[in-house]
Amino acid sequence: MLHTVNKSPFEHTALATCLTYARQGSAVLLIEDGVYAAAGDTAVSKQVQEALKRVSIYALKPDVEARGMQNRVMDGIRLVDYGGFVDLVAEHNAVQSWL
Amino acid sequence: MEQQTAGGVVKKFLYVNRRAPYGTIYALESLEVVLIGAAFEQDVSLAFLGDGVFQLAKGQDTMALEVKNFSPTFRALADYDVTKIYVDEEALQARGLREADLVIPVEVVSVERMAEIMESQDVILSF
Amino acid sequence: MKFGVVVNEGPYTHQASDTAYQFVKAALAKGHEIYRVFFYHDGVNNGTRLTVPPQDDRNIVKRWSELAAQHKLDLVVCIAAAQRRGLMDKSEAKRNGKDADNLALGFRISGLGQLIEAGIQAERLVVFGD
Repeated sequence: MLHTVNKSPFEHTALATCLTYARQGSAVLLIEDGVYAAAGDTAVSKQVQEALKRVSIYALKPDVEARGMQNRVMDGIRLVDYGGFVDLVAEHNAVQSWL
Repeated sequence: MEQQTAGGVVKKFLYVNRRAPYGTIYALESLEVVLIGAAFEQDVSLAFLGDGVFQLAKGQDTMALEVKNFSPTFRALADYDVTKIYVDEEALQARGLREADLVIPVEVVSVERMAEIMESQDVILSF
Repeated sequence: MKFGVVVNEGPYTHQASDTAYQFVKAALAKGHEIYRVFFYHDGVNNGTRLTVPPQDDRNIVKRWSELAAQHKLDLVVCIAAAQRRGLMDKSEAKRNGKDADNLALGFRISGLGQLIEAGIQAERLVVFGD
């Protein structure tokens, strides 16, 4: 399953909740304010790195760039454009948006 | 998952409710989708996580707010054959609620079980 | 593949409609089919033809209308949500005794059943919201 998270992890529990439910082998795509979770050296980066052992994590590049985060994305998080977003949706059986 | 029947395609629909009622309209408008959707004879489940569990709390009184108290509507779900209602155990506990505090009978499930339920769906609607 | 898309937030305040638009555009570019885009909650406000954004800003409503014209998209605005928020086409305005209508080109107003049907008919349903 593909999960999308569009909230900043610093003021919302959406990412934490998503990671609680995301099962081994599923994919998480960070979009909109969700991309702040992709940055290294933050209060949540350890939690994200831990999650990377179980799930694949992607971040939407246009959102990363818009927020000036392009040089701060942690290793292991893959950047995708909108076409990559479409591919991820097509590749997974269902999408859960953690609004 | 997806099944073919004489009446056409039956898909597994999961409605994920993670918002408290009244502060925003999402909870009410989600319930409206569930009720309309019931006519389509799909395999419907409702999941209540996080603040969504507050939607089911007994004792809601919206008189002074001048808005409709829609919590009694949950009782009508059974008439629409919507009976798979899952509530996250940790979300309930964290909010000081027990099963007896809810307006309808539900299945209280662990995070692991809820994750399984989510994984088995065809369509997941979250508002 | 056949995609269904749901937009739950209005234009400009939240990014949801922008992200949904870019997603739909990318899906079409890859040769996928968009079965329907369903606008619900404040998302119905994406369908007002009375929006006049500043010259240097994107015109979110017009962008949807143009994409709909190019690709014969089915843009559906939920009737119950639309009525709550003052969005109507000519016939709804007449039926409700209103002196104006404001539905943009390429959008149509219909019931929530269209959302469920999109879930049934599309192979994937993606929800964009707050």
